[in-house]
Parts: sequence; C-alpha cells; structure tokens
Amino acid sequence: MLKILKYSFFDLIRSRWSYVYLAFYLLLGFVLLFLNNDLSKAVITLMNVIIILVPLIGTIFGVMYYYSSKEFTELLLAQPIKRSSIFIGQYLGVALSLVMSLVIGLGLPFILYGLFESAAIWDFSLLLVTGAMLTLIFTALAFNIALYNENKIKGFSYAILLWLFLAVIYDGLFLLSLILFEEYPLDKFTLIATVFNPIDLSRILILLKLDISALLGYTGAIFNQFFGTSLGLISALGMLTLWVILPVWNIKSKAQKKDF
Amino acid sequence: MTKAALFRFLFIVLISFSFSNGFTQIEVCKTCPIKTIKEGIKQAKPHQKVIIKAGVYKEHMLIIDKPLTLITTEKATIDGENQGDIIQIFADSVTIDGFQIIHVGSSHTTDYSAIRVDKAAHFLIQNLELRKIFFGVMLAKAKHGTITNIKVYGDAVQQHNSGNAIHLWHSHHILIDKNELYKSRDGIYLEFSDDCIISNNISRENIRYGLHFMFSNRDEYRNNTFENNGAGVAVMFSKKITMIDNHFQYNWGSASYGLLLKEINDAEIIGNTFQENTIGINVEGSNRINYKNNDFRSNGWAIKVNGACYNNVFIQNNFLYNSFDVSYNSKMNNNSFNENFWSGYTGYDLDKDGLGDIPYRPVKLFSYVVNRTPNTIILMRSLFVDIIDFSESVSPAFTPDNLMDERPLMKQVK
Repeated sequence: MLKILKYSFFDLIRSRWSYVYLAFYLLLGFVLLFLNNDLSKAVITLMNVIIILVPLIGTIFGVMYYYSSKEFTELLLAQPIKRSSIFIGQYLGVALSLVMSLVIGLGLPFILYGLFESAAIWDFSLLLVTGAMLTLIFTALAFNIALYNENKIKGFSYAILLWLFLAVIYDGLFLLSLILFEEYPLDKFTLIATVFNPIDLSRILILLKLDISALLGYTGAIFNQFFGTSLGLISALGMLTLWVILPVWNIKSKAQKKDF
Repeated sequence: MTKAALFRFLFIVLISFSFSNGFTQIEVCKTCPIKTIKEGIKQAKPHQKVIIKAGVYKEHMLIIDKPLTLITTEKATIDGENQGDIIQIFADSVTIDGFQIIHVGSSHTTDYSAIRVDKAAHFLIQNLELRKIFFGVMLAKAKHGTITNIKVYGDAVQQHNSGNAIHLWHSHHILIDKNELYKSRDGIYLEFSDDCIISNNISRENIRYGLHFMFSNRDEYRNNTFENNGAGVAVMFSKKITMIDNHFQYNWGSASYGLLLKEINDAEIIGNTFQENTIGINVEGSNRINYKNNDFRSNGWAIKVNGACYNNVFIQNNFLYNSFDVSYNSKMNNNSFNENFWSGYTGYDLDKDGLGDIPYRPVKLFSYVVNRTPNTIILMRSLFVDIIDFSESVSPAFTPDNLMDERPLMKQVK
C-alpha cells in the first residue's frame, strides 16, 4: 500500500494542478495578510474560503484522479497486490497531497507574518485541522462516487451535486425546518443537524473559537457549552473522523467486490 | 458715593475677607492640636478652609453641615473601615478636594457611599481617588454642583451587592467632568435628574452600564468613552437627551450593546463612534430621534430596532463592516435612512453627484429570519444564507420594502 501511496503522491506532486492549488493558497494567504495585517481577521475570511472551496476541490480532484488513473489501476489489478491497498493507497496519495498544498500554502504566509507570536495560533491550527479533515472527507466521498459510476459524466455530476447538497442545500433544508418548527424547542435539533454535516460542523467549530461567537447569542451559548469543553471538541473531531472512516471503509469493501 | 468708590470699597472688603479666611484656616495632622478630621470640621467656622496633612485617617460619618472647604494637598487617605458613609454633606458651598477615600463597606439595606450630598447646592467635589467602595459619590436632591477629576476603582462582581460609582437621584444642574470610573455596577447613574452635563469621562469595565439614565430629561453627554462595560449606555424613559461625540467600544458579549434606547423621545445622537459592540444601538419604543454623523464600525448589529419606533431620521452616518447593518422585526417602517455611507453598498454613481444611483436595502433577509427564529443564527456565514440575502436584496418579499436608502453616499462621511 505504501508503495502505491508513494507513487500516487509523487505523481500528483509532479503534476501541474497541485502547484496551481498550492500557488492559489499562497497567493490567498499573502494577499489577505497584505490587505489587512490582523491575523485573527484573516482567519475569519479564510474560514469562508475553506468551508466552501476545500470540499469542492477535494471532490473534483478525487473524481478526476480516479478516472484519469483508471487504466493504471487496471494494470495494477493484474498484479498480485491486494485490492484494498491499491485503492486506499491511491486515495491517501490524493488526499495527502491536497492536505499538503493546503497546509503549506496557508501556513507559509501566516508564519512569515508572525503567527507564532500571535494569539491566533490556536484558531489558525483549528482552521488547518478542519481544512485537512474536510479534504480527507470529500476526497473519500469522491472516490466512492467514482467507484460506483463507470460513466465519467455521471460521476462528475454526482460529485458536484454532493458538494452542492452539503454546502448549500442542506443549510436551506436546515433553515426551513427551523422556521417550520419554531414553536418547538430546537436546541438539540440544531446541535444534531449541525453535527451531521461536516461543512456545518467545521463552520461552527471555527466560529465558536472566534470573537464573532458572541453574536450567536443563546443558541451560541448552548453550542459553546457543548463544544467549549474538551469532551465536546473531541466528540466533534471524532465525528469528523467518523466522516472519514465510513467512506474509506466503503471504498475498501466496494473495491473488493467490484467487477473491473 | 461714586461708582468708582463703591468698587474700591467692595474690592477692599473682598481682599480682607479672603485674607481673614486664609489666615484662619484649620490644619489637621497627626502632630497638630487637631488630630481628627471630625474635630477639624467641628471647629471650623462657615466658609473656612480645613487643610488635612498627609496620613491615614480612620474615620467615617464625617458630617459637614456648614459651608467649608475640606482640602488636602498631600493626598491624605480617609479609611472608613467598612463602617458605612464616610463623608456626608448637608450644607451648600462645600468643597472636597484631593483625598483618597477607601473602604466604604457594603450593605443590602442602606446605600453606603464614600461621599453623600444631601439637599445641598453649589458643591465642588474634585481630585479624589476612591477605592473599595460600595457607592462612590451619591447625590440626593442636590443641585448646581460639580464633580470633576475623580477616579473610582470599584470591585463589583455581581449586580445585587454592588453600587454605582456616581449616583444622582432627584438632582439637577450637575456637571460631571473628566472622571474615570472602573468596575462598579453603573459608572454613572441618573434617576429623576434633569439638566445635567456629563463630559469627558471614561467609564470602563462596569458590570452593568457605563452610564444609565432613568426618568431624566434634558441631559447632555459628550466626549465620553464607554469601554468594555456590561453594556455601554442605557437611556430609558427620558426625554430630550443629547448625545454627542462619545465613543462606545468593545461592549462585547452575548447580551451586550453600545447604547440602549428604551422609551426615548426627541433625542439627538450626533458624531458618536460605535466600535466592536455586539449590538451598536438597541432601540425600542423611541420616537423623533436624529442620528447624524455617527460611525458604526465592526459591530455585530449596528442598529437593532425592536418595534414601536417612529419618525426617526438616520442621515450622514457611516456603516462600516458590521455583520448586520440594520435589523427590523416587522414589515412596517416610517423611519428614514437617507444619505448614509454603507460599506456593503455595491451600486454605482453614473451622474457623479456623490450619491449612488440605485437604492441600498440595509435590512438583510437573514437578519429578519434570525429575529423570527433566533436558533437560525447558527447558519451565520453559510453560503446558503449569502444566496438568500442576495436574492432578497434584488426583490424584497419579507423585509420592509420601503426601508431603503434612496441616496446612499459613495464616499465615507468625514
């Protein structure tokens, strides 16, 4: 598995797109900090970018990589290698190279602008951790979609639809249900509905760490009570980890059974 | 007698009067014939000066019932040993100058204070430092007095067992100038107190309000700074209050605001700065108020209108980078929001008259939704919310459709 991981990883690292992705984050980080020297304000702006863009790029890259390396995968399948190590290796190769671009691309400008002396370091590391988690989650979901769909166009559209659902439509349904059931106590429901969407969960985790959490008022206080404790933070990160593990496990079992 | 002779006579009388006063002042110190302040006050004649030398005087209930000046140039300390009121003033024309007053002691039944002024006029309280107090300066039915340059360092933790730094009750024509008030319940509290001027004060870290008006009319406050209080300023049930050039900043917390207006009529709010408050101004039941030349900067809500507000005018204000500019809880509106600068405005100005050509709608759909169902605030900064805000701004369906700035400014008001 490690060999395939290494191969995928270096294959991607050599590719133009990782550089574009890395350059994009570098540029974003530097421009943000150049326009406004306040690290904690930059973290807020970055949050908006990360919770939208990272999942999108994770899904598209995942699907794209799977389809483009399909012939190579079929070649590997002819060799005496375990199926799970081929697919998990490829998945980790893509996901880790994306995570690396994200961490280096955002970390470098912030370190140069004095992150280590700033109080924003914890917020920033949380931002990077959730960004990395989102990459892992959405790449895994993308691999799942690609495994189930031989047709490229179908696969791509499902991937985009998945992103659209979790990033936009889910929140719409969430908002609608909150308004419809406004006469009932909704605190538990909000908490649960947030936890079930990795994008929402990441957004809330970061928001609660920032000054802006005071705006969340009563609802925010309930969330803070839950996520403010170390148990809450651990369970939130655990939930994100679960979002990684379940699709990866499904990749494994599907790859075992799939007829190529 | 000619006019000149009359003046000469008056002059001589005045000079001799002041000299006689100067020569017969009373000194209090540890080694003087008079060792306690109480004794000094007792021996003083009206309009005499009592000078306190350096040292710590463990005294309380110092009752001043005749006009005199109690002064120290060496910052003598009066320690009340938590026994209750320290200085009580019952006479007109009293001056208290230069002391450090400590340890008032608290009570659940009596409002103990460092200095209490009761039914007196023309007093001057200045250059004091108050520490470990319950109430700082308490005025009851006082008038025409001045409180200036005092520093109050409270240690309030909870509202029910703490007092206010400066407390006015049924007092009028009081000038409160250049004071620094920290960590009390309210920095300054006015109840039934009219025609007062509150200027150049700094009110910080008070657990309730920096400044609090109740049933007080025709007061003016200008050039004050309210920072980090439970809430900046609360103006309630009062008329004709003028608020000019104040700074309301960092009143940040889930139930904090810079300025609370409740049942206020005919006020002027001009040239103030509201920076980084959870809610800049929280308005309820307030009519005929002019908001002009204010800066709202990086607040959660710049202005939150909770209903029953009519004929208010917002003109030439800057709304800069607030999460919500204006929040309304109904579809009705007859307040005017014209010629303001909005940092969220994306229109254009083709005829170059400095006014945007398309109107700006400061009430976002999301702020309306949040008002209706507070739980939905959890979706703040979600992409979906941005999308519905955009579509609502194109064609308003839920927010008041006549609430808009028809002439938004293209450049900030200086």
